[in-house]
Amino acid sequence: MNLNYRTLSWRLALICVVTVVSQVAAVSQVEILGANADLVPLVAASVGLIVGALPGAIFGFAIGMLLDFALVETVGVASLILLAIGYASGRLRELRDPQGAIVPLIVGVAATAAAQIGFSLLTVLLGQTVPLGLSLLWELLGTVAFNAAIAIPVYLVIRRCLLDALPEDPRRRRRRAYTTGGLSPLSRS
Amino acid sequence: MYDRTIRRRRLTLAALVACSLLLLTVYFGESNDGALHNVQRGVFSVFAPIQEGASTVLKPARDLFGWFGDTIDAKGRLSELEGSNQQLRARAIAGSEALRVNAQLQSLLNLDNAGGLAAAKPVTARVIGRSPTVWYSTVTINQGSDSGIKNGNPVINGDGLVGQVSTVSGNASIVTLLSDGELAVPARVSASGAQGVAETGAGGPDDLRLKFIARRYRVDPGAAVVTAGTLSTAPGLESLYPPGIPIGAVTRVVDPGTDAQKIYLRTYADLQRLEIVQVLTAPINGNRR
Repeated sequence: MNLNYRTLSWRLALICVVTVVSQVAAVSQVEILGANADLVPLVAASVGLIVGALPGAIFGFAIGMLLDFALVETVGVASLILLAIGYASGRLRELRDPQGAIVPLIVGVAATAAAQIGFSLLTVLLGQTVPLGLSLLWELLGTVAFNAAIAIPVYLVIRRCLLDALPEDPRRRRRRAYTTGGLSPLSRS
Repeated sequence: MYDRTIRRRRLTLAALVACSLLLLTVYFGESNDGALHNVQRGVFSVFAPIQEGASTVLKPARDLFGWFGDTIDAKGRLSELEGSNQQLRARAIAGSEALRVNAQLQSLLNLDNAGGLAAAKPVTARVIGRSPTVWYSTVTINQGSDSGIKNGNPVINGDGLVGQVSTVSGNASIVTLLSDGELAVPARVSASGAQGVAETGAGGPDDLRLKFIARRYRVDPGAAVVTAGTLSTAPGLESLYPPGIPIGAVTRVVDPGTDAQKIYLRTYADLQRLEIVQVLTAPINGNRR
């Protein structure tokens, strides 16, 4: 069990760093039609879907924190939003255990939209200048569209990275979890 | 066990949210030299080389995806530039059109000034129609009797004589061109003063003949031919054309120095490309020299 926890923690940390570095160094710089993809909410949602609510929340907090530090932005904003995304997607997995192939796509789109709206709202609430307008809306919709396109591949990569470190192989689970009170796979180990 | 796990999860979640809000509050509350800002700068300075290295390593992938983006952007830009190009082309055409008309008006003005035609009350008109035959023997202009134009008025452009008005209505007129077989213009060779009549030859619409030149006059190719004006001193026999309006240049002479000599000339005015013309509505001194 300890080995699994340690392995999982290392892998999650590695995913966290690689995601932030890739996002800042490459993905953010590839702009198509005035918008670009945002890996961070996708990865946070995927981790939540795969490992559960609490690890998802911790991962979201950590990746948000790293993002805020790496981009020298207001510390706490990204971590607050991404921990909510990681927790919510983890709870979805624990409560509903959706099995459909397009679940990562739907969750990824919802996570991206929530992240975009959350960042915009928090930025406005913090009194920072936001270029509100159609161009911003276009950018947000463009990011959601790009993330929709890459949501499933990102989910599959994250799952491949984490699967053998999990105590229980989700591929072998066929029984639906309880509709309330379900826990992350880590709690069963 | 289950309750403890739930409680632990809720506590952890609450702690994370509280931590985020605390960091947010502290970060906003402190100055740029505050502890959290310093930590952030420290993390950033550690992270920057990694970021730089990653940026270098990921450049090919970035360029690849960027190429797709650039291609899509370029397509959008292409259609945008095509629209802009069309607008600019339309403006350029309008500009060159205006330049050409300006040049024609300027040459008309020069001809008026040089030939003393300002006193002939010139009326400037635009060619609005052209006979569809290959001979281009008549054109329609947008000025008529309302502007003082009468039948028989000579018509010029910046290069020289074009023809004469043959039909007049209130606001338009038909001009019979020099190339029409019906028209004959008293002319003289500018250098020698030899007088004759210019009319269309058999060669083509641009190939005028200068007839009735006495054989004692030697006419060389290149000689300028102008309108002769009124030659007769008798009243009632005035020429329709003021003297000295350029008609054309001699192109060739067949059997020179004989009674049968044939002198061909080409009009100065390009009769196939007429746009702006002037109608001389009043004779000057009976069109005598």
